[in-house]
Amino acid sequence: MARLQTGLNVMQFVLPYSGLQWSDLPFMLEGAWRTIMLTIMAGSLGTLLGVIVGWLRETFVSFRIGLIPFIDVIRSVPLIIQFILVNSFQSILGLQFDPFWIGVVTLSIYMAVLTSELVRAGLQSVRPELSRAGRSLGMSYWQGFLHIRAPLAIRTALPGWIGALIALTKDTALVSVIGYIELLRAAQVLINRSNEALLILAGVGLFYFVICYPVSLYARRLERRLAI
Amino acid sequence: MFDYTFLWPLVWAEWPQLLAGARVTLEITILSMAVATVAAFPLALARRAGKGLSCQAATIWVEAARNTPCLVQIYMVYFGLGALGLHIGSYFAVLGAITFNNTGYLAEMFRGGLNAVAPQQFNAGRSLGLTAFQTYKNIIFPQVFRIVYFPFVNQITWAMLNSSLGMIIGLRELTGATQMAQSVSFRTFEFFVVAAGLYYAIAKSVQILARVVAWRAFRRA
Amino acid sequence: MIEIHNVHKAFGSLKVIRGVDLEIKKGEVLCLIGASGSGKSTLLQCVNGLEPIQQGEIQVDGISVHAKDTNLNKLRQKLGIVFQQYNAFPHLTALENVALAPRVVKRISKAEARALASKHLKHVGLGDKEDVFPSRLSGGQQQRLAIARALAMEPSYMLFDEVTSALDPELVGEVLDTLRMLKSEGMTMVVVTHDIVFARETGDRIAFFKDGRICEVGEAWQVVNAPREEHTRQFLKRVLA
Repeated sequence: MARLQTGLNVMQFVLPYSGLQWSDLPFMLEGAWRTIMLTIMAGSLGTLLGVIVGWLRETFVSFRIGLIPFIDVIRSVPLIIQFILVNSFQSILGLQFDPFWIGVVTLSIYMAVLTSELVRAGLQSVRPELSRAGRSLGMSYWQGFLHIRAPLAIRTALPGWIGALIALTKDTALVSVIGYIELLRAAQVLINRSNEALLILAGVGLFYFVICYPVSLYARRLERRLAI
Repeated sequence: MFDYTFLWPLVWAEWPQLLAGARVTLEITILSMAVATVAAFPLALARRAGKGLSCQAATIWVEAARNTPCLVQIYMVYFGLGALGLHIGSYFAVLGAITFNNTGYLAEMFRGGLNAVAPQQFNAGRSLGLTAFQTYKNIIFPQVFRIVYFPFVNQITWAMLNSSLGMIIGLRELTGATQMAQSVSFRTFEFFVVAAGLYYAIAKSVQILARVVAWRAFRRA
Repeated sequence: MIEIHNVHKAFGSLKVIRGVDLEIKKGEVLCLIGASGSGKSTLLQCVNGLEPIQQGEIQVDGISVHAKDTNLNKLRQKLGIVFQQYNAFPHLTALENVALAPRVVKRISKAEARALASKHLKHVGLGDKEDVFPSRLSGGQQQRLAIARALAMEPSYMLFDEVTSALDPELVGEVLDTLRMLKSEGMTMVVVTHDIVFARETGDRIAFFKDGRICEVGEAWQVVNAPREEHTRQFLKRVLA
């Protein structure tokens, strides 16, 4: 990783102007791979955390009220600033994590907030009669949760969760602010060197589009199907 | 626990800079929402038509706006158009890109709102002798307005959050101004905590104002 | 007078009306009966010009509904229509629902429109619901609101499209009472209905629809009590059983 970082700096500052070359492709692919890794890591960690937090918020009044300010703040402060704050806070603590992990932590918290909202809305959408019906059949709380409430809540929350995942994929582009070289930052490096801004950006845009568009189409279809 | 002293007076010394940045943030948010609202209506109607060239163009706009990062859209306007010889300052690049982004989201929102109004409402209006225009004005749009009102308010917050990306191309909106202001003392954390507070205050004010307006406008329980 | 000559109507390849002739005279109440999908409701929508037709002609007081140079908005003021789904405007109070069209279409003043609306709401028994939103009204009340809304345009004809089909049984009576009241006031009405008893008692004539055509038309008591056509007899036997 460190070697690549230095390599990039060389490319960015030392090499004079030169056109795009095939040898730039691995560099871009590396950036794309990092974007995907960020999405997968933050997506899974954030979802896990979000499901737990969402359940806590729906189940305990103390969590519901106690977490309101925190969730409010996460949702109304730009992600850029959240990255910068997490990054500078770790320096204050005297820590020196790789920017990748700063990105993962920040994005995970963000994803967890989005997910917890959806989980809560999903659980709320399950009619209480249904869980009572489960209890009347002799199910324990957890059996009722596992076999009745959770499956129904997932049906409601799934399209929204896919939407959140798409938002997350796009938001990974912001990790470049704290110096992590993901796809967009890699593109910027190449733009500085080659002056092929339009071509490179179109390629980068297409990369995100190819990932996000089919997923959003699927979410829309799912929403329509589940609505019936 | 750690040997770091928070130095807040440094931030207050730069307070006017931050306020100037917040002004730019507000400006971009309001302007981009206003233009996007006007632009989104024809887009939504074209998408509803379901076929034809204008529908395809509208679809491309909507899907490109929603499925690529806003930062890429800003780069596209700033660097991409620059490569074509069309040099745009960072202010108008951010304004243009965020307007493009907002328009895509609002068009889908309006389309959903139009679809949510029962189709018989149109016939009910026409059967009373109202023209198509009168039916839209008096019956359909007031209902759409209610449906999209709160999603629209959310989009205002999104526009504000997205405008923070201006920092990356050197615009001194709230985030960019904060970045500049902290570069003297490198008290990054303190400065950005205050900036975050300002964003929070703006977002909350918008939401509270929206509630008050809704409470007064929508008499129906 | 409403004159319907050889009207054909299709949705794509589905032929809904295949050659219908009918005349509705001033002051008459004509009931249209028949199985679901036999074309009765579609015919009403055609008379109002809400649906185009492929062949034939419909004239209202000598004006051709589907002619290119006909001012439909003006013509529709003569034709009140009430739908199965009440289609109340959910964002307006009961009074505003009724006052909207007089104000916007006839351009009478706001105060006059409100007075007019108030009069018509009282007429259908909703005098105490002026400031209530439709979501707070029962189905029967919403349907009477829809009738008042149509009456406020002071139409010469009223078209009723299965106005009781979406109602709970206990709410049907109040709406039918309103129709009977209109008949007693001499309103010309075309009523699409599944309620044979109502059709026999309130209708002057009944037309029985089958597969997009009129199978039988005649005096109300005659069509119900002594149908001439075998199809009519079978239909009545099914629905009255």
